[in-house]
Amino acid sequence: MFVRLVYESFRRQKRRKVLAGIAITLGVGVATAMIAVATDIGDKISRELRTYGANLLVTPQDDTLDLQIGGVDLKPPSDGAYLSEADLPKIRGTFWHHNIVGFSPMLPVTVGVRTDGGTSNLTLLGTYFSKQLSFGKEDFVTGVKITHPWWKVQGAWPDDNSQDVLLGVSLASALGRKAGEQIEIAGQGHRISGILSTGGVEDGQIVAPLSLAQQILGRPGAVRRLYVSAMTKPEDALARRDPKTMNTELFERWYCSPYVQSIAYQLQEAIPHSHAEQIRQVAQTEGTVLSRIKGLMLLVTLAALLASALAVSAAMATAIFERRSEVGLMKALGSGGASIAALFFVEGALLALMGGTIGFAGGALLARAIGQSIFNSRITIDPVLFPLILAIAVVVTFAGSALAIRRAVNLDPVHALRGEA
Amino acid sequence: MRPHSVSDSARRRVGAPHTSMFLRMLIRATVLRRGRAISALLAMVVAAAVATAMLNLYVDVQVKLRKEFRNYGANVVVVAREGQALPSESWQSVQSVLAGHGLAVPFAYVVARTAEGQSVVVSGTDFDQVRKLDQWWSVTAWPSRPQDALVGARAAAVVSPQGKPIELSFQGKTIHLNPAGALRTGASEDSRVYISRQDFENWTGVAPSTIEIAASGSPEEVNGVVEKLATLLPSAQVRPVRQIMEGEARVLGKTRATLLAASALIILTSALCVLSTLMGWVFDRRRDFAIMKALGASRQLISGFFAAEAAVLGAAGALLGFVIGVGIAVWIGRANFHAPVVPRFNVLPLILVGSVVVALVSAALPMWMLQRVQPAVILRGE
Repeated sequence: MFVRLVYESFRRQKRRKVLAGIAITLGVGVATAMIAVATDIGDKISRELRTYGANLLVTPQDDTLDLQIGGVDLKPPSDGAYLSEADLPKIRGTFWHHNIVGFSPMLPVTVGVRTDGGTSNLTLLGTYFSKQLSFGKEDFVTGVKITHPWWKVQGAWPDDNSQDVLLGVSLASALGRKAGEQIEIAGQGHRISGILSTGGVEDGQIVAPLSLAQQILGRPGAVRRLYVSAMTKPEDALARRDPKTMNTELFERWYCSPYVQSIAYQLQEAIPHSHAEQIRQVAQTEGTVLSRIKGLMLLVTLAALLASALAVSAAMATAIFERRSEVGLMKALGSGGASIAALFFVEGALLALMGGTIGFAGGALLARAIGQSIFNSRITIDPVLFPLILAIAVVVTFAGSALAIRRAVNLDPVHALRGEA
Repeated sequence: MRPHSVSDSARRRVGAPHTSMFLRMLIRATVLRRGRAISALLAMVVAAAVATAMLNLYVDVQVKLRKEFRNYGANVVVVAREGQALPSESWQSVQSVLAGHGLAVPFAYVVARTAEGQSVVVSGTDFDQVRKLDQWWSVTAWPSRPQDALVGARAAAVVSPQGKPIELSFQGKTIHLNPAGALRTGASEDSRVYISRQDFENWTGVAPSTIEIAASGSPEEVNGVVEKLATLLPSAQVRPVRQIMEGEARVLGKTRATLLAASALIILTSALCVLSTLMGWVFDRRRDFAIMKALGASRQLISGFFAAEAAVLGAAGALLGFVIGVGIAVWIGRANFHAPVVPRFNVLPLILVGSVVVALVSAALPMWMLQRVQPAVILRGE
């Protein structure tokens, strides 16, 4: 009898059931989409924050002091130690290599450049543009195009294996050279493949493939500095602790968290005789910005959950309220409050399960669409969320119905049937 | 009796009780069915509150996040041409252009020698300003007294091993410094020694060659600052720090887009909530409707009555909701950004119009359905 009541209720009152179902579906859909976006936004924004460039700097361990003023290196090139270029692909072998977006080695060299008035000493910076490297069986591409996305080239980027160079924009205008022309560097002619504009000191420098800089310096395989761009987790109390004071278990946890400190530690392990340090300007600020945006999205998600819970409750309350003459009839025929309440709860649960399932699927699609259109990458939703969201849908539906059901049960059948409630 | 006065008084007689009856019906309808009216109003208030909070946040988040992005430090740099100092009036020019909307910090640099003959870069700056501009600097103790120096982590090993006093010489002049604090940034600052501008100028006589500026505001405002400075200081290079500007624009744009999508979803959901509640409310009063129709009320009167009711409800809900929504926005601002969101009153008309429109739509739908039904059918309860 009970099953039949429920079945008939669904069969005969399609309009009301569809309306309530739509409300639940929409509510669950919005909630799912917002939860998916909020859980993934940290990752997505972290990737966007990589436009600020490298957040880790690797230098040789026993390097002499830098003598840099306004980006001009005053240190004699013979001075100081170097990293070995051959060690660089090992970065792909570290624990957090998936979080390492890219790296760029740098080798500044002072070179004599033939200008109209004679020879002038300029800085030539050797680096990777988008170099093809391989580690184990894995091929990957890295270089300044990834780690320094604000570098803009008018003309073409040089090939990493060529002898072509880029000329900084202010240097180019001082020398009166354009892309495609020749320039004599250290006694050899090189083609200027493009004009580089960075808004930084590189605007007054020559930027060339790393191999060319090594060749001019006469030190094959030498790298002065290495910029690493990695996605990190905002710093917390554990991140700031000195790994030397940790016990094994704590150290494991620290090592296996993508803190900028632990990635620096792993880089030091991967590259011999190196010293890795976070570039605090980028790394620290990234942490604050990231946690603000995450906090904001969390609060917004709460607002979305609240709004959808209210929408579901309102729809359920209306649906039940509309059926009070039916309740009156049932009561007049002798049914108890408990069985009426049970009927409504079962109907609500069925609606919640159906609406929840469709809403979850719709919400996942919505989240994907948001990810695709805003971040150009997918937002994936954890299937573990599905039962959780269904449970939330049922609870919210019950909560929304509870008050209306209570009123329906307390109704005087006479009044209800006369339509005076 | 002139004919026009007849029509005048008749119109008055018809008009007067009509208006008061209309008002009375409006009020009685609300009072008699308190429960339903309150629940409809509640839905309206919640929807308006959520919409207000989201719109306020959306408008304000840009300002709030820009402030966070200023933690990245300078977005404009004024540099002297190679080997020269900045013209003496440049500091005043920078201050006048900024006019309080941002920070500016001068830096002067020389390469000095230690007693052992090691070269080290020494910079003279204004510590109070640096502290505000470069918040990522990790400093053990900021120098406060004259002759105090802030020593970079890498420089420390060279100039003052084990915290010994520093002796530096530049062009034959020697200065004795007390290493007050250690500085760690992970960049070139680590290899330098920072001292106060006063000490620096007394010692070397070299004027600042760089001014780092954190100009606040939108990209257009920052570009405006760059252009004004470039015309005021033709002898110096004024350049925006592209790394900072581009990153900021990008992250800000994405965050706002996400927030917009979220706001749209939330507002849509709450509008639907209002729609379903109000529709139920109007539908529920089909008996009133039928009685009015049976007693000979015109279609316009009934529509007008329900429309007025919905509009009043929408407006009241919007006003209440606006107040609550501003409260929510202020709370979120405090909780997340540690600064309250400034209430935007220009959001109010939007919320008001939106609420009234949603209320009218939700009243019109059931009305439209009821129009087609004979009053007798409704009154019989079918």
